[in-house]
Amino acid sequence: MFKKILIANRGEIACRVIKTARKMGIATVAVYSDADRNALHVQMADEAVHIGPAPANQSYIVIDRIMEAIRQTGAEAVHPGYGFLSENMKFAQALEAEGIAFIGPPATAIEAMGDKITSKKLAAEAGVSTVPGYMGLIADADEAVRISAEIGYPVMIKASAGGGGKGMRIAWSDEEAREGFDSSRSEAASSFGDDRIFIEKFVTQPRHIEIQVLADKHGNTVYLHERECSIQRRNQKVIEEAPSPFLDEATRRAMGEQACALARAVGYTSAGTVEFIVDGNRNFYFLEMNTRLQVEHPVTELITGIDLVEQMIRVAAGEPLPFAQDDLKINGWAVESRLYAEDPYRNFLPSIGRLTRYRPPAEEVTDSRVVRNDTGVYEGGEISMYYDPMIAKLCTWAADREAAIIAMREALDGFEVEGIGHNLPFLSAVMDHPRFVSGEITTAFIAEEYPEGFQGVSLPDDLLRRVAASAVAMHRVAEIRRARISGRMDNHERHVGTDWVVSLQGQEFPVRVAADRGGATVNFADGAVRVESEWTPGQPLARLSVDGQAVVMKVGKIPSGFLLRLRGAELKVHVRTPRAAELARLMPEKLPPDTSKFLLCPMPGLVVKINVAEGDEVQEGQALATVEAMKMENILRASRKGVVSKINAVPGASLKVDDVIMEFA
Amino acid sequence: MKDILQELEDRREAARLGGGQRRIDAQHARGKLTARERIELLLDEGSFEEFDMFVAHRCTDFGMQAERPWGDGVVTGWGTVNGRLVYVFSQDFTVFGGSLSETHAQKICKIMDMAVQNGAPVIGINDSGGARIQEGVASLAGYADVFQRNVMASGVIPQISLIMGPCAGGAVYSPAMTDFIFMVRDTSYMFVTGPDVVKTVTNEIVTAEELGGARTHTSKSSVADGAFENDVEALAETRRLIDFLPLSNREKPPVRPFFDDPARLEPSLDTLIPENPNQPYDMKELILKVADEGDFFEIQKDFAGNIITGFIRLEGSTVGVVANQPMVLAGCLDIDSSRKAARFVRFCDAFEIPILTFVDVPGFLPGTGQEYGGVIKHGAKLLFAYGEATVPKVTVITRKAYGGAYDVMSSKHLRGDFNYAWPTAEIAVMGAKGAVEILYRNELDDPDKIAARTKEYEARFANPFVAAEKGFIDEVIMPHSTRRRVARAFASLRGKKLTNPWKKHDNIPL
Repeated sequence: MFKKILIANRGEIACRVIKTARKMGIATVAVYSDADRNALHVQMADEAVHIGPAPANQSYIVIDRIMEAIRQTGAEAVHPGYGFLSENMKFAQALEAEGIAFIGPPATAIEAMGDKITSKKLAAEAGVSTVPGYMGLIADADEAVRISAEIGYPVMIKASAGGGGKGMRIAWSDEEAREGFDSSRSEAASSFGDDRIFIEKFVTQPRHIEIQVLADKHGNTVYLHERECSIQRRNQKVIEEAPSPFLDEATRRAMGEQACALARAVGYTSAGTVEFIVDGNRNFYFLEMNTRLQVEHPVTELITGIDLVEQMIRVAAGEPLPFAQDDLKINGWAVESRLYAEDPYRNFLPSIGRLTRYRPPAEEVTDSRVVRNDTGVYEGGEISMYYDPMIAKLCTWAADREAAIIAMREALDGFEVEGIGHNLPFLSAVMDHPRFVSGEITTAFIAEEYPEGFQGVSLPDDLLRRVAASAVAMHRVAEIRRARISGRMDNHERHVGTDWVVSLQGQEFPVRVAADRGGATVNFADGAVRVESEWTPGQPLARLSVDGQAVVMKVGKIPSGFLLRLRGAELKVHVRTPRAAELARLMPEKLPPDTSKFLLCPMPGLVVKINVAEGDEVQEGQALATVEAMKMENILRASRKGVVSKINAVPGASLKVDDVIMEFA
Repeated sequence: MKDILQELEDRREAARLGGGQRRIDAQHARGKLTARERIELLLDEGSFEEFDMFVAHRCTDFGMQAERPWGDGVVTGWGTVNGRLVYVFSQDFTVFGGSLSETHAQKICKIMDMAVQNGAPVIGINDSGGARIQEGVASLAGYADVFQRNVMASGVIPQISLIMGPCAGGAVYSPAMTDFIFMVRDTSYMFVTGPDVVKTVTNEIVTAEELGGARTHTSKSSVADGAFENDVEALAETRRLIDFLPLSNREKPPVRPFFDDPARLEPSLDTLIPENPNQPYDMKELILKVADEGDFFEIQKDFAGNIITGFIRLEGSTVGVVANQPMVLAGCLDIDSSRKAARFVRFCDAFEIPILTFVDVPGFLPGTGQEYGGVIKHGAKLLFAYGEATVPKVTVITRKAYGGAYDVMSSKHLRGDFNYAWPTAEIAVMGAKGAVEILYRNELDDPDKIAARTKEYEARFANPFVAAEKGFIDEVIMPHSTRRRVARAFASLRGKKLTNPWKKHDNIPL
């Protein structure tokens, strides 16, 4: 076994690998860029080597820098994590040349699977089901109809040069195929000046389901069942689970065996993932093979009990797999939520900055529940613009899907992240979404269910009532404390009353509270709610038992009230005396200020370009400025026609959210 | 007998109606509460005791004798806020537009006198069209009587003004002399001369909101210390502020039960200071992480953002915080921030509230704007305020403490009791670049030499240890232990006694 390995990565995956290495008694070497000097993976590793400036193309993906770090530290093997150099054939070759073990597949396998067309061909040859289609050029509509009929409807007719839906048609019959071919071809000719067309099977109700494979250098190849990753936003996976709620045993076995066949065909060793697209009838088609550890590998670990990183290291060291296919059973259900530094209320724009608060829920392992959080950040750490915005992977495991989802809801509610925008509310919202709960999902889930983006959620009545009761009980505790201030007029102290009106989510509930040693009984007009809690004023996270059910929420302060956050909802809650509530009703509703005359910076970032000048008339949709954040250039466009009256930002300026970039007359 | 008792009830009923239901409805339609409703929300439920409910004006000109409503446009009395005594007056816009008459003023004066005598704060709720013109000079005399009492009460009891409607002309000078002014957005305004006069005299066209609305006074003029969305919010937050304040200068600041460990460590503070010395960070994070329960009542949040002022609690007891804010103008001192902080420091000193100062100051803001504006005298105000303050003073230098601004910010030399520095502190006459350019002027054309000199200077001076060697810094502390260290420091200062030499009063550079 190796004595020392180097992890050529950063963030949560570097930390993840270090944990297993430590467990195995292997010393670890971290590498870091300027931006990661104080990063968690650097703190966790036994040694750390600086490899260059913040941009990854000057540090983490510079092969020479990594090789130099290996030489410096005498590491015997390298784990590449995912991304960066993990699927870089040259890196694998460079290691081979120096006799350093690569904790991953052979370079040949990386190469074979690296190209979409080659890999598809190899897969087909290995007997893996691929999307039926005709790649050659199609002469005329008759040929198009014949090919379509052969493939079987529905089919997708696509322009070779196409993109963005242009020159693309879906046909469900010969007639539609004929029409589709003609219109697609003319559109392709006019849009791209290239009228070449191809046809492939159109996959309806597509799901993204992938098979985890593991192979050693002794000819053993096994599959560790599937992961379903259909909850994606613009091809970025957000929530994954294992097993899939959709597969039956026969399909699972067929997919698993095909995945292993492909792995064997390319001489694969180590952990790899074969991605399939699965239609509504459980037909599955090969998409690609990822020749590395996947981000979402923990869900597989949770249902199989196998540490994939450990197996990767052992395989790299030449050990045989200690289990056979028959040993690999599915135990329970696991769900993973990816925590991204992306603001869901601002169309998931990346958010950077200091994590002023970062308190993940406590990790736990019991017979009925596992909570696991793979993270690469810590409170007080910095989310920089240079790397992937994923900051943690929260996983829960339980005996079945429903219990795993319930565990995830509670874990998300107990996850405190402040200082940056993040997608926790969105993750919570999905966990409560009836369609997600039913398991009837496709890769279009987010696009279909949140077509206008994410606007937060409203709590259902029963939960709202529990939250209202909690708020009253908490408010009462806070008010009693206030009434115990020093300097009171003796014998004329304030008496904190029992009658309150709680307002939240546009509703008001008059209640009467009866408190006792154990908690408070909150009487609504139509029944009582029992609240028990150890919460004391000022605690940012409240854990309550409400009618025996756990309610976990983040508690913030707003003038004369609480800001409560749970289950994807953000509630401004006021608890008032009946008289104060009556007077509060007299207060006018204030509309938010009109910002349509301003171009506001949607995210913290750097102004790269200002495209217009003062006095310019701009049209709706015209590019006004470019702001760079998280390596992405975001073009800001005019929301309507207008005249630029003032420009407040210059290229190179670093802006905060809602800074005014320019004003319109 | 019963009839006599009933008559009192009838009279009370009539007095409570003020200017009548129609005007009360109109007040509500403007989004405003009535004078009595405001008092109800300000005070503990059922604690209000009214004075002078049946006072009526004595004016006989302009047919005024025909209408003599009880109360005369102001409701006065006392009650409790969380059981602590306060006095209150609340102008009633439904009675003669809340205009101030001789008797209206007398009512206010009465409770102010009692407040001073009994050592309890006065909260004035302003909603008045101004002087009662029918009364002429008697009304002006009334204002002046109130002004004189504001002056006498200043520094003896906390005085808080809530502007909840118009407050114009001479009327503004009573709130102006109180300790804190809070306004309500969209329904309150303050100015010495209104938009009509402004237009006549200067041809300037301006709305009442632009001239003297909450936004103007919180962000431009700094007349107001804060603004709230509506009456309900303003009154609730005023209660919150009162919980921080002592009742008078004869009492210690209040103490409240607290649920936060004074020894709580905050490891995240160890990374608060960015690696790059020119990169800002949010000083508010430090304040919130040091404070009990993260509870901070900020004063003048929207003005001179380069300095932060406000109240926190440590071990349940009030502490005033002054902190440079690197996020705004690099946290430098200038005219506005000096004035803002000086006034806050003097309030704390007057009412025995200990002062915690967090320092990250690169110096005073340079420029003609500042010099012409008198930054010398304004900056001196803060220096003076810290120098004369005899309350417990604890200072933590987090990063830069350069030049004269180092001296100003509650330094050891200004009788600082505990002067701590983080290891990241740089206490020097100026930053390395500037210092090297002066010290090695003859080497300026050699960038390599200058770079070496800069490094040398940084190594020698960009740290807290030179100051620590001289005893100007009592101890260099770890950022994560700041709350514990500061709380212990103040705990040890509970018995502090320090008196300035007798004087009639000082001559602070106004």
